[in-house]
Amino acid sequence: MHVYACVKRVPMTGGQITLTDDQRAISTRHLGFTVSPHEECAVEEAVQIVEREGGSVTVLTLGPAESEEQLRDMMAIGADQAVHLVSDGEEWDPQATAAAIVAAIRSDPQPPDLILFGNESADAGNYQVAVRVAHQLGLPCVTGVKAINISGGRARCEQEVPGGRDVYDAPLPAVVAVKEGINLPRYPSVPGRLRAKRKPLAASQPQRPPARLEMLRLELPPEAGKQVRILGQGPDAAPAVVEILSELGVL
Amino acid sequence: MSVLVLMEGADDELSLQALTFARELAQASGDGAEPSAFTIDGPYAPAAFGQTVADLIGARAPRAVIAPGSERGNEVMAHAAAILDEPLSANTTAFEPGDPPTVTRVRWGGSLLEQALLRARTLLITVAPHAVAAQAPGVMPEAVPASGHALALAPTERVGASSGGVTLEEASVVVSGGRGVGSAEGFAIIEELAGLLHGAVGCSRAVTSAGWRPHTDQVGQTGTKVAPELYIACGISGATQHMAGCKGAKKLLAINADGEASIFAHADYGVVGDLHAVLPGIAAEIRKARGA
Ligand SMILES: Cc1cc2nc3c(=O)[nH]c(=O)nc-3n(C[C@H](O)[C@H](O)[C@H](O)COP(=O)(O)OP(=O)(O)OC[C@H]3O[C@@H](n4cnc5c(N)ncnc54)[C@H](O)[C@@H]3O)c2cc1C
Ligand SMILES: Nc1ncnc2c1ncn2[C@@H]1O[C@H](COP(=O)(O)O)[C@@H](O)[C@H]1O
Repeated sequence: MHVYACVKRVPMTGGQITLTDDQRAISTRHLGFTVSPHEECAVEEAVQIVEREGGSVTVLTLGPAESEEQLRDMMAIGADQAVHLVSDGEEWDPQATAAAIVAAIRSDPQPPDLILFGNESADAGNYQVAVRVAHQLGLPCVTGVKAINISGGRARCEQEVPGGRDVYDAPLPAVVAVKEGINLPRYPSVPGRLRAKRKPLAASQPQRPPARLEMLRLELPPEAGKQVRILGQGPDAAPAVVEILSELGVL
Repeated sequence: MSVLVLMEGADDELSLQALTFARELAQASGDGAEPSAFTIDGPYAPAAFGQTVADLIGARAPRAVIAPGSERGNEVMAHAAAILDEPLSANTTAFEPGDPPTVTRVRWGGSLLEQALLRARTLLITVAPHAVAAQAPGVMPEAVPASGHALALAPTERVGASSGGVTLEEASVVVSGGRGVGSAEGFAIIEELAGLLHGAVGCSRAVTSAGWRPHTDQVGQTGTKVAPELYIACGISGATQHMAGCKGAKKLLAINADGEASIFAHADYGVVGDLHAVLPGIAAEIRKARGA
């Protein structure tokens, strides 16, 4: 099995988001970077499938030069090699992103049996790159997936729906977008991190086509303007809390 | 200007919100003709439903197709957009006409908004849940038969139906614990309080990552979105990705050892203190109030 997992570098925002002066990005001066938990689970799932079925895992990202950090992180938890589509640092819209991913996968001499995505990217949340890649490659696609079982050239995928899970039986090769909860990603070990530094990484620079969904600016949603009422310090606050519970009618 | 609205049912709340959004879009863009609503008839199959939307666009040449920003709404519209090679604005909150028009859409699960130009022949838009209120009058949507698609997969069975009990989505009280709870065993007091209030237990991602609770309990951007009457956040710092899951709560009570924690900026009520001392006190006081 050759499994691809696609990840996107995003800032790890804390308790409050601050924007850059031009309002086109999150101010990241004091922030680290990560990938969506959905995508981390996609990589973990790919690694587990290959541990069972044999084969290799390729982790792919389209992002600025610094995204190599996320590719190395993902190789530290078990991906075998990486493809880095180095971007100009601008926002690529979902169509451009999907097109670049499709071109990279098509140029791989070893076509994948399974291409894993996060269900939605952490920042943009477009809910569509996986579906676009599937249609362009002529592959079946399942999204919102919380369990994958590979057997007999097929992927049995469980999609989370209100009230249960719908089972899709997809012939391989297939595209699957997964959600956090499908597994518990492992922490990278120190030897894992050392090995990741030496794993192969192929970088190229695709051209960004004109955006069809063109981000203009970001803004913070209007504040609820809440003023917290401190009911007390420590256990002495208990009577005041119970008074509020009763006021709210939840007692 | 003709606008089509894809509904999941005549009474579906998010579909009715999409209908309101479509009416506002039609009004803002000119003649204000009433949008036509439709549902897709046939067993759910994402690529086939996407093809149905694409075929309808081919046959009726609408200016826009609006759908709810539900899991299925986003999935079907992504397939339609992929088939037509058109852009899709997912989870949209506002529309401003123009050439091209400008959309506002949510990022980071609602912690941030984005304004973007939508350069499309047919505007494909899903509406963020609860961005607009559903308003009367509703409509009788036309049932359009599902098209076929070579790549269409349909579910073969439904498994794991819910086990009963108060679910996180429906609970009127959610008692959530974060890293401050300290251990899996530490959740006993969270469970006790949730039980006393007939509520559900929630948690932060720090807790699921540590393996103290299953992911089904996680509230947040990549967990469950809850909207209880009261959300009690215990030992949770208030990261934007956690707040994305509980900002629908009517009231929020934060219990945190750190008076400076950002959770207090989102809270209606606060208690500063060690949750392991505060929560047993509250549980005892509830029992006392009930005369037990
Ligand atoms: C893309 C993305 C998606 C994410 N999705 C989610 C999500 O869905 N849900 C989610 O929760 N997080 C999510 N996160 C993670 C999020 O950023 C935070 O890391 C996480 O919410 C922190 O959990 P916490 O508040 O429990 O832990 P911490 O931030 O470590 O906070 C612990 C708090 O407990 C308090 N405390 C400690 N001891 C005590 C005590 N004895 N009594 C009282 N208070 C005490 C501390 O003062 C502190 O405020 C996501 C992150 C990313 C990047
Ligand atoms: N720049 C990118 N590089 C690699 N994968 C991406 C990128 N953007 C999106 N993806 C993948 O597509 C999924 C869905 O993204 P989106 O359609 O933006 O919600 C993400 O979870 C990733 O797996």
